[in-house]
Amino acid sequence: MARRIHGCTVGSGWPAAGLIAMLLILLNGCGERAWNAPYPASEAKSNTLYSSFSERPKHLDPARSYAANEYAFIAQIYEPPLQYHFLKRPYQLVPLAAEKVPEPLFLDQAGNPLPDDAPVADVAFSDYEIHIKPGMRYQPHPALAKDDAGVYRYHQLTEEAVERFNTLADFPHTGTREATAEDFIYQIKRLANPRLHSPIASIMAEYIVGFSEFASELTAAGDNGGFIDLRQYRMAGVTQLDRYRFKVRLRGKYPQFVYWLAMTFFAPMPWEADLFYSQPGLDKRNISLNWYPIGTGPFMLAENNPNLRMVLARNPHFHGEAYPLQGEPEDGENGMLDDAGKALPLIDKAVYSLEQEVIPRWNKFLQGYYDTSGVSSDSFDQAVKFGSGGEANLTDEMLERNIKLATAVETSIFYLGFNMADPVIGGDSEENRYLRQAISIAVNFEEYISIFLNGRGVVAHGPLPLGIFGSREGPEGINPVVFDIEKGKPRRKSLQEARALMAKAGYPNGKSIRTGRPLVLNYESASAGPDSKAQLNWMRKQLKQLGIQLVIRATDYNRFQEKLRKGTGQLFMFGWNADYPDPENFLFLLYGPNGKVEHAGENAVNYDNPEFNALFDQMKNMENSPERQEIIDRMVDILRHDAPWIWGFYPKAFSLYHDWYGNVKPNLMANNTLKYKRIDPATRNARQQAWNPPVVWPLVLLVLVLMASTVPAMLVYRRHERSAAR
Amino acid sequence: MIAYIVRRILYAIPILIGVNILTFVLFFVVNSPDDMARMNLGMKRVTPEAIENWKAERGYDKPLLFNSASQGVGQVTDTIFFQKSLKLFQFDFGTSDSDRDIGYDISQRMWPSLAIAVPVLLIGLLVNITYALLIAFFRATYIDIWSVVLCVVMMSISGLFYIIGGQYLVSKLLHLMPISGYDTGFAAVKFLILPVLIGVVGGIGSGTRWYRTLFLEEINRDYVRTARAKGLSEGIVLFRHVLKNAMIPILTGVVVVLPLLFMGSLITESFFGIPGLGSYTIDAINRQDFAIVRAMVFLGSVLYIIGLLLTDISYTLVDPRVRLS
Repeated sequence: MARRIHGCTVGSGWPAAGLIAMLLILLNGCGERAWNAPYPASEAKSNTLYSSFSERPKHLDPARSYAANEYAFIAQIYEPPLQYHFLKRPYQLVPLAAEKVPEPLFLDQAGNPLPDDAPVADVAFSDYEIHIKPGMRYQPHPALAKDDAGVYRYHQLTEEAVERFNTLADFPHTGTREATAEDFIYQIKRLANPRLHSPIASIMAEYIVGFSEFASELTAAGDNGGFIDLRQYRMAGVTQLDRYRFKVRLRGKYPQFVYWLAMTFFAPMPWEADLFYSQPGLDKRNISLNWYPIGTGPFMLAENNPNLRMVLARNPHFHGEAYPLQGEPEDGENGMLDDAGKALPLIDKAVYSLEQEVIPRWNKFLQGYYDTSGVSSDSFDQAVKFGSGGEANLTDEMLERNIKLATAVETSIFYLGFNMADPVIGGDSEENRYLRQAISIAVNFEEYISIFLNGRGVVAHGPLPLGIFGSREGPEGINPVVFDIEKGKPRRKSLQEARALMAKAGYPNGKSIRTGRPLVLNYESASAGPDSKAQLNWMRKQLKQLGIQLVIRATDYNRFQEKLRKGTGQLFMFGWNADYPDPENFLFLLYGPNGKVEHAGENAVNYDNPEFNALFDQMKNMENSPERQEIIDRMVDILRHDAPWIWGFYPKAFSLYHDWYGNVKPNLMANNTLKYKRIDPATRNARQQAWNPPVVWPLVLLVLVLMASTVPAMLVYRRHERSAAR
Repeated sequence: MIAYIVRRILYAIPILIGVNILTFVLFFVVNSPDDMARMNLGMKRVTPEAIENWKAERGYDKPLLFNSASQGVGQVTDTIFFQKSLKLFQFDFGTSDSDRDIGYDISQRMWPSLAIAVPVLLIGLLVNITYALLIAFFRATYIDIWSVVLCVVMMSISGLFYIIGGQYLVSKLLHLMPISGYDTGFAAVKFLILPVLIGVVGGIGSGTRWYRTLFLEEINRDYVRTARAKGLSEGIVLFRHVLKNAMIPILTGVVVVLPLLFMGSLITESFFGIPGLGSYTIDAINRQDFAIVRAMVFLGSVLYIIGLLLTDISYTLVDPRVRLS
């Protein structure tokens, strides 16, 4: 007979089963939440977003953090002067902490203003004056807590006092204050502090006046590991104009600087936080700026346990921001403007659980315990199917659960690089160029995307991903060296054409006309595991079509990097993810003075074409315009002809989300999009309960079987005990 | 006894130095400090100056084994080996590549590991011994034969299968418990039931077979025959006499793993999202955070040596005939 306990059917009247069921009910709070819910019953109807992270972040300090998994947290906490518009495309900068997007003022060597259209050669300096919004207050933080006398409570902690604190939440008092221009300047100085190893220090040193000198001054002053009051040191190019205004002076013209202003590197940092965290003993308890951010943004890190869970909660002092009123024409139809004008953030809390394995993460998403999920290779077929036209659709199983799919071509590229410093495959001789072009035709990246990426990629025809200024779509965007144009669409050239190029390169049928031996090339690979074996075999097969023998030299990532640095490799696969949506951020990967071997730059193939270099110098400081497009077209033509890369593919991001999760529009440049997200907790809770009803009868059956099996055992035992000794 | 313990501790020192040298060679010679800096500083815009700064700040700019630039003892002490490896003997684990204090992290993360490992050990011991005694009771019957077959099958199945299968069955099909996760305090219980259950079930095959062998060995001894001749029931013979005399090998197996319980389980913790030392280690391996891996290898060696020592001591407690000398 079935029994009901607190409204739950627990099965038959068997007492043991009832006991187990009661224990489970006790643990789960029956009626409030499904039994397998990993969250407390009290949160069932809360306006909370649930998601996961697979890797512990390394740095949460805005001067050091430069990884996507770290930005997922700190971009919600720190507010740099600018941000990307959530809805508009192409990506557009709009103010965040700043009142407006700053316009540069160009100056000559003597400091006299120049017109906006002054020649680049005449521009000695660019001044960016940044007006920040008044009234932005920091989240509650012990570093800002003051006593009644106005003295900071926790700025002179003794080692004994520190023993009492295990997390920031253990400090009983917190305080706040307004963010000022001085805090933005303080953060720029932190970028220059050699102790922090900011990843953008080298590039900022090229442009911000006085940046290098500031770093040298700090080095000369010595570093005992304690608090360095950066306010006492002056950076020549950064000036405070008043409480809410400051100016940054750059060398020359650098229009891309505004993109950096949209990264958390330039968010304000109160000096009090730096002092607070530098107190002895706190670092031993992992209480540091690297782990406990202090920001003015919509969220603050309420729980910081990177080994288990990271919880972002509303910052009670957030200055306020509204959901965008405008977007793309289709945004209105898609419901992306339903919350237009509403106060942000739209959720109260976001809980990110550490989930290292793919299987539990995927199952929790299907059970409704994660609001959104990526699509791993293992679960791809379960989630996505391709239509006859090649379009990605959800499977029936996903549609039944009202799961939705969002896709976007990423602003990144994966390419197969030829080391241009190599005598066989590189250089600018006509023969070697033919060889590279032939290989470019033979390596079929359409097939690669289909086999190894489940279709999650777009074949690249040049270095610029779609959506970046300068990239071309349609027939104009097709690489004529590798593809023919057929009815306006690309069709890869035939292997016969590739073999003809091989013959022109001096390798008919893959054999050298000089030695008669087959051409042997080395492929450097940083992936040596069983998973990559199929990919490596595929690569070998592609070159075998031309008679080239490909030797796979698999190694670990460090050795791989070393080969790139020394220029000892021949072919290798590499990639780049955009820092900002500007063609300069991709084309600089092929700029000669950025060569990896000679200049330790990001030009991993060591390509160096004087004409391309000159055009790059001309293009990099230009505003987006038809003239700039013309130059970029010419640069791309040169690259396609020289073929230093096989233009591999632009990855396509697939993400799934439940129908209770709103305002989903992929924005590959913005990291601070959590504030726009909407959750319908009632629907979510109802779905979770419907999808996860506890099934108790197998448990009851198991107990019964175990109990029943003891009966014959008892009988045998009794018979054994009663039997006479033999 | 004390002299024996002191001697064993002294023996442990060269073993630990050997472990230290081995890990040092693996982590510092194969993977140079430059590589570590590059891994830590990321892939983009890493300048040679940044690498040098990173190394200098962490003391990785020193020579590996011998510092000819220093004078006297400094030639040995002012080296990476002395600073990074020998300091482990003071249980000074230093900081991880992400600037977290390793000692503090270990002290925090050993509790979740213990929360799984201790119940798995105790419940597993109870279940395995009970089942093994039952099989021993029904020795040479079909129950014995089929139980052994079942045990062999169970011990042949990968631990990963139990984990994935258990998660699928209990959480995905029956919806009884969370598939993974963890919490603090009493709330942790509901996350622990499934991994403990799987840990116990996964260990039944090998554990039961091992204990069955021990019991069968004892059951044919003269004292058992004498006990039976005295008219004692089979239950009393098994539980009071056989079990007691089989305690030495059981203790050997149990005591040696006791200290290692702190280290946690690599796969279980990773799949269940338990923030213990097992997932700490596997996470560090994946991220190539060698400071953590080195510390965990050293800690594992120390705990293993402690386990062996405790085993020897426990012999004297369960069998007065054993004397340590």
